[in-house]
Amino acid sequence: MSTMAIDKAGPSRKVKYGSMSRDRAWALRWSYFFLVLFAIFFLTPPVYMLITSLKSSAEISAATNPWWVFHPTLSNYVELLTSNQFLRFFWNSSIISIVVVIVTMLISIPAAFALARMKFWGSATLATGVFLTYLIPDSLLFIPLFKMLGVIQDLTGITLLNRWYVLVFIYPTLTVPFCTWIMIGYFASIPKELDEAAIIDGASWLQTLLRIFIPVALPGLIAATIFAFTVSWAQFLYPLVFTTSVDQLVLPVGITTTLIKGDVFNWGQIMTGALLGAAPPLIIYAFLMDYYIAGLTAGATKG
Amino acid sequence: MADVSLRKVIKRYDDVEAVRGIDLDIADHEFIVLVGPSGCGKSTTLRMIAGLEDISDGDIMIGGDVVNDVPPKDRDIAMVFQNYALYPHMTVAENMSFGLRLKHYPKAEIKARVTEAARLLDITDLIDRKPKQLSGGQRQRVAMGRAIVRNPKVFLFDEPLSNLDAKLRVQMRIEIKKVHQKVRTTTVYVTHDQVEAMTLADRVVVMNKGRIEQIGTPNELYHKPATRFVAGFIGSPAMNFIPCRLEDAGGTLRIRLTDRIAFALPPARAARYNALPRSDRLLLGIRPEHLSESHPHLEPGVETFDTVLDVTEPMGMETLVYFGLDGTPVCGRVNPNAGAKDGAPMRLAMDLNNMHLLNEETGVVL
Repeated sequence: MSTMAIDKAGPSRKVKYGSMSRDRAWALRWSYFFLVLFAIFFLTPPVYMLITSLKSSAEISAATNPWWVFHPTLSNYVELLTSNQFLRFFWNSSIISIVVVIVTMLISIPAAFALARMKFWGSATLATGVFLTYLIPDSLLFIPLFKMLGVIQDLTGITLLNRWYVLVFIYPTLTVPFCTWIMIGYFASIPKELDEAAIIDGASWLQTLLRIFIPVALPGLIAATIFAFTVSWAQFLYPLVFTTSVDQLVLPVGITTTLIKGDVFNWGQIMTGALLGAAPPLIIYAFLMDYYIAGLTAGATKG
Repeated sequence: MADVSLRKVIKRYDDVEAVRGIDLDIADHEFIVLVGPSGCGKSTTLRMIAGLEDISDGDIMIGGDVVNDVPPKDRDIAMVFQNYALYPHMTVAENMSFGLRLKHYPKAEIKARVTEAARLLDITDLIDRKPKQLSGGQRQRVAMGRAIVRNPKVFLFDEPLSNLDAKLRVQMRIEIKKVHQKVRTTTVYVTHDQVEAMTLADRVVVMNKGRIEQIGTPNELYHKPATRFVAGFIGSPAMNFIPCRLEDAGGTLRIRLTDRIAFALPPARAARYNALPRSDRLLLGIRPEHLSESHPHLEPGVETFDTVLDVTEPMGMETLVYFGLDGTPVCGRVNPNAGAKDGAPMRLAMDLNNMHLLNEETGVVL
């Protein structure tokens, strides 16, 4: 009876219940609102950098609209890209980041595989321990590390301080724990039957890792690679502490120490240098993003 | 090709015994099915044969050699998993040839074997596809192909059809049987589905709580179950168990089901059960197909009784009828034209020539 009554009242009162499409429309409007808001918030600094990099020093210090270029010039770019010093910073940063990525992967992948798959005594504790080391901030670590390098120098006579390649040994303390942690997660998501099938097919642990796990966990591997590269490329504190001579500097430290002389800021070149420095990670993201998102495990087991 | 033997095999996880001392001899070329409810130890047993689980005690022999400490890759076995476990980044051909490539077989031989297996399984057209482009049934065929190309001593199947829908399962069941008829490799097959077990196996091993309840051909298990567990597990709908006792009446041995219902036992059965104490608490085990509608010309040993049906289930070729005997639910199978209706009285006939008598306490079939 009551159902009948509601049915009769329905059309005359025109009660509108939340329809899927209406809910969806509002959800979309809010999404766009916040996305635009965040896009403006995050894109303003790089846009400002681009604008400033196209100005001459005179125009930067002139009291004109800072958001407009009246006399665009590429002189900042030309000066930096023809400066041996800047190219040296770039070279140092590139070599260090690439080597750090390789070193990190060579350590993280086998470590993650062992921790995710070879159940040995204490493996779970060790996995948590690996992650905990990541939680120690570099601002706490750099003093003992500096002391250690000093001790090594005293004992062996090998100079590591103020050499760019020392960073190749230092950065993995930041990248290895986190990359190992990411890879443990990816490896753990691979169905156990897959390595059992490989083992029965006659694969050794190493063959299982190289021919099954790495190809299947490629998205995770790329995520870890991007992370390791970004961390090494953008690292500021360690190179600031461990390297001092101009020819040993990396890009972030080089730009700030050579382009700021006392209280004179060469804003045009600083912005140009920062933009050029941001380019490599940006390019890498753009190329690897598709891989990063694509799931490769589809079809391994019942979907 | 090889025989497989298990000698007092035990598997312990910490202080829990998952497999409690199994003895099993599997002959060369034989198709053995391990069947039982989940947690009965059937998959653990299979994984121990594969070498994926260590054995806690006992011996496993393949082809006469003890393989307790032999790693899986050296046992010359192939396994098909429930969720297929295909390598997602490889094509069908690469999936099938992975094991051969690891063993550095000549390319020509790999190609020949893959082609032959693909032809056998009717997946020749799919050879260049990736697993994600295949349906569930096709993936399962590839998984079988991966096992076949290796030409191993033993095939191990771990619930290979559980992920398929009912229709495809029936189809793949027949495929598996056909493949076994052609390649004749010794096969150990694990399933929880008693229909799969009955249809595929040369011999079925019924397992329960880490032990073997009974080993036998499908017909033996069906007609001569050794325990209440086997009697209840094999057959669908399951065998009825009705509390009863034996009594003597005028020189004949009778079986009393309720105050109202008691039947004289057929002579062969009477001779078999005569020695039993009359005070024992017993169960009458009778399959639904031996409880059907009454008709005028009954054979000797078939007894009739009247009951009121609770529920009927028309299945098309037969109708299942459910009723109670002193509170015990009982299922029978009658002809769809016998006029069975929900809540209606009906005269049913019980074929005592096919009855089983069980000890209620021990569960042993007498």
